[in-house]
Amino acid sequence: MSSLLITDLHAQVETDQGPKDILKGVTLKIESGRTYAIMGPNGSGKSTLAYVIAGHPRYTVTSGSITLDGVDVLSMSVDERARAGLFLAMQYPVEVPGVSVANFLRTAVTAVRGEAPKLRLWIKEMKEAMAAIQMDPSFAERNLNEGFSGGEKKRLEILQLGLLRPKIAVLDETDSGLDVDALRVVSEGVNRFRDETGAGTLLITHYTRILRYIKPDVVHVFAEGRIVETGGPELAEILESEGYERFTTVKS
Amino acid sequence: MSLAVVVPPVDLAPRTRSYEPEAFIEPTARDEEWKFSAFNRLKHFFVPDPNAGVVRASGDGVQMRPITSIASSWIPTDMAAAVARANVREGGVLEIPAQAEIIEPIVVDLTTSSAQAYQHLEIVAGSFSSAVVVIRQTLTSEISGSTVITVGDHARLTVITIIEGEKSTALVLQLPVTLGRDAQFTGALAAIGGGAVRIQNSVTYAAPGGSAELLGVFLADTGQHIEQRIFVNHDQPHCKSNVMFKGALLNAEARSVWIGDVLVRKEAIGTDTHQVNRNLLLSDGARADSVPNLELETGDIVKAGHASATGRFDDEQVFYLQSRGIPLDVARQLVVRGFFAEVLGRVGNVEWREELLSKISSRLGIESFGDSDE
Ligand SMILES: Nc1ncnc2c1ncn2[C@@H]1O[C@H](COP(=O)(O)OP(=O)(O)OP(=O)(O)O)[C@@H](O)[C@H]1O
Ligand SMILES: [Mg+2]
Repeated sequence: MSSLLITDLHAQVETDQGPKDILKGVTLKIESGRTYAIMGPNGSGKSTLAYVIAGHPRYTVTSGSITLDGVDVLSMSVDERARAGLFLAMQYPVEVPGVSVANFLRTAVTAVRGEAPKLRLWIKEMKEAMAAIQMDPSFAERNLNEGFSGGEKKRLEILQLGLLRPKIAVLDETDSGLDVDALRVVSEGVNRFRDETGAGTLLITHYTRILRYIKPDVVHVFAEGRIVETGGPELAEILESEGYERFTTVKS
Repeated sequence: MSLAVVVPPVDLAPRTRSYEPEAFIEPTARDEEWKFSAFNRLKHFFVPDPNAGVVRASGDGVQMRPITSIASSWIPTDMAAAVARANVREGGVLEIPAQAEIIEPIVVDLTTSSAQAYQHLEIVAGSFSSAVVVIRQTLTSEISGSTVITVGDHARLTVITIIEGEKSTALVLQLPVTLGRDAQFTGALAAIGGGAVRIQNSVTYAAPGGSAELLGVFLADTGQHIEQRIFVNHDQPHCKSNVMFKGALLNAEARSVWIGDVLVRKEAIGTDTHQVNRNLLLSDGARADSVPNLELETGDIVKAGHASATGRFDDEQVFYLQSRGIPLDVARQLVVRGFFAEVLGRVGNVEWREELLSKISSRLGIESFGDSDE
């Protein structure tokens, strides 16, 4: 059992006009075996929250805390967090020219597992992982995310999720840019990962269509840098039909 | 950080050509040609050294011959080259016979035991021949001279030049390449060692239809000054040139200079030329000068372009790799290797491409961590 505890988190980003507050007191708990959805308007700070959890150097935490099983996450480096069991599937995965998918995956798996997988087993494991998300094996030789379509990038994020098997996974708009078939393949990948590992999962999304495949236990509404409402799966349906207006207009 | 100096186009062609050192005016550190150079470490090459030795070339089919017996069409274009040419006693010659299809790369080692030595190496690829030549030079002293490459009609030649060595050394090298009709040349120049290194790599076309690809990688560390000057003289119709150089500056006070001059003459209709230089600064205080120049005397061409960029690490790339558990130093090394992979991927010979990558990796201190050993 693992739990990620975020308490009264405030974070800002450095802009040309000086520091800008984005997260304004986020309190959130993600526990093993449970699935959470965060929905909220554009620019409300959802990706920022995801990046702050992962430790992106662009954001500065000004107050509050994040702990994983009681251990301070904020004092860990980006790679330490990943090795401690945190994973972020990014809204915009980064292209890394000249680094092959195969080399990247093996390096990441070696780092997270603490030892290099045996070569023959590894090749088999990678092939299976690619087949599971219907990614052509030729992608292994391509440069990481370079020239990948939006959907291909998202599939590769989920492939990594399956190989790295984190304790807590944050999926930032993994559903965006996916056609119906890809959405199903990716959702199945997430579900398989959840079922096999019992990890805690946080889905950031704008749409309920992914939530039909991946059932959330809890739905949070995120607006203007904090969570403004929490409910069950039915809240997602209400948000999709009614929008976020009533959450954004209450605040000045 | 990035210092891309834009120089207004001048006539890019060398003004003087001569075997006689006296034909040249002794350069100063303020001359356009030398102002980016490690001038004080190189200026002694303008004065003949009576005690200088000879750089010996060895390898399959390579002969050392008295310089007077070497028929070379190339004429030095600056004083250092002329001094070297006038004082070198012997030169290495590698002739690839016409029609020969040589599969195995021919490895040529350049060595000397003298504190200062002059170099002349002549590589001639006969018409319709095909070969890969690897020139290895680990600098231990002061060297000045030339490697002259002639690619015959319809010949295909790849020359991989690997320069390594101590920081106390200096090298001034002219590397002229002449292409015959429909000849294809790929040059891969890896300057990964040495102290003050100045390489002038020029391409001329003796007939229409030639195609030259000039690839380069360089690493500069503290105390190194790596200067590369490219000059492509398009004066024949329907020729191609593609230049791609990438450099990484590892530490403060590392210095690199890249000057890429492409001149497309009036008669060079149907020219297709592109050149790019990209530099990666891995440390504050490193300096990379990058000056691409393109001079078009005709608009009747296929295409012409150039680009230059000097930047720091892409933090987003490093963050992405780190977010998958990869430690910072390994992530940075992967990004640097990836940076060079774009150039090295164009080296057709797999064995030597890997060799270059592994030499670069070891300079960067990369172990085999997670390396693709499949
Ligand atoms: N580097 C930055 N510089 C300036 N502003 C930034 C930066 N990063 C984020 N912001 C701003 O912070 C706010 C929150 O951005 P964030 O990407 O977290 O929103 P989001 O909720 O994920 O939006 P979306 O639903 O569109 O993905 C936005 O107003 C954004 O413009
Ligand atoms: Mg977002």
